[in-house]
Amino acid sequence: MNGLKSVWREFVGLFVDDGSLALSILVWLAVCGLALPRLGLPSILPPLILFAGLVVVLARSALARAAKRI
Amino acid sequence: MLVDGSHFAPTFLAAFLASLVEFVEALTVVLAVGAVRGWRGALGGTGLALLLLALMVAALGPAIARIPQDFVRFGLGALLLLFGMRWLRKAILRAAGVLPLHDEEDAYARESAALRALGGLTRGWDRVAVGASFKITMVEGVEVVFIVIAMGGGGRGLLFPASAGALAALFLVALLGLALHRPVASIPENTLKFLVGVLLCSFGTFWVGEGMSLAWPGEDWSLAALNAGYLASALLLVSLCRARAGHRLSILKRGRP
Repeated sequence: MNGLKSVWREFVGLFVDDGSLALSILVWLAVCGLALPRLGLPSILPPLILFAGLVVVLARSALARAAKRI
Repeated sequence: MLVDGSHFAPTFLAAFLASLVEFVEALTVVLAVGAVRGWRGALGGTGLALLLLALMVAALGPAIARIPQDFVRFGLGALLLLFGMRWLRKAILRAAGVLPLHDEEDAYARESAALRALGGLTRGWDRVAVGASFKITMVEGVEVVFIVIAMGGGGRGLLFPASAGALAALFLVALLGLALHRPVASIPENTLKFLVGVLLCSFGTFWVGEGMSLAWPGEDWSLAALNAGYLASALLLVSLCRARAGHRLSILKRGRP
């Protein structure tokens, strides 16, 4: 039973390590999913906005962790 | 129109590299279990876990193919992003020296010591050996199953290259284990995790965009552009994180008497 529990914990841990990183990704995906199709932007922009936002989310999380190193 | 054929090679490569990292970690523990508690239990637990993992792929893979494609792509893309970003962030922080690198020799020594401390070897099937090797193979293998399902579920016929990539990694790691009888410490694990993180983030972003019905410029070629974009961003972040951590350290040193 303990083995199964740790497998389950490991499974959840696959996606959520730093909670704020996971939440930021989901919020950005929700914003993009709701807003991008409705804004009427030129077709090249929505994919770039999606990608750029995800890079910002990653950078913010990694830099915040680096600042807490010691 | 997405041509799934062009995704075969990147799907195989991503599944192979990601599975290689996971199987190497599992091999370290299975070798420790075999050396300390006996090979019968170690191989029995590993075999049982591999059987369950294969059943999970066989059940979940075709089931996902029945769900509407846009919904699947958005869902799997989001999960790939959560998973891939976690890997990439950790690989960036390790490359920048913020987090320590994973050491297979050290993990092997710690696992062996813990197994010896349990004592009481039993005749026949050793429950400790079966349990320990089953648990580590399941823990690492569930990640492989997720990668195979997520990479294989995004397009028609991609379950085959994703499964083949994972099986090739399993075969290679098993061969290395048989040949070396010691942990595979020479594999540049963090470099692999870095590359896999880039690939998973690119696939995740691409699938999410497809799920949102975004028009990717250059269609499938945009996957290559996403790889280049994530790789460049991650390499830049290694430098920025190293500088940020060094700056923080110098402030703390100045503050001490």
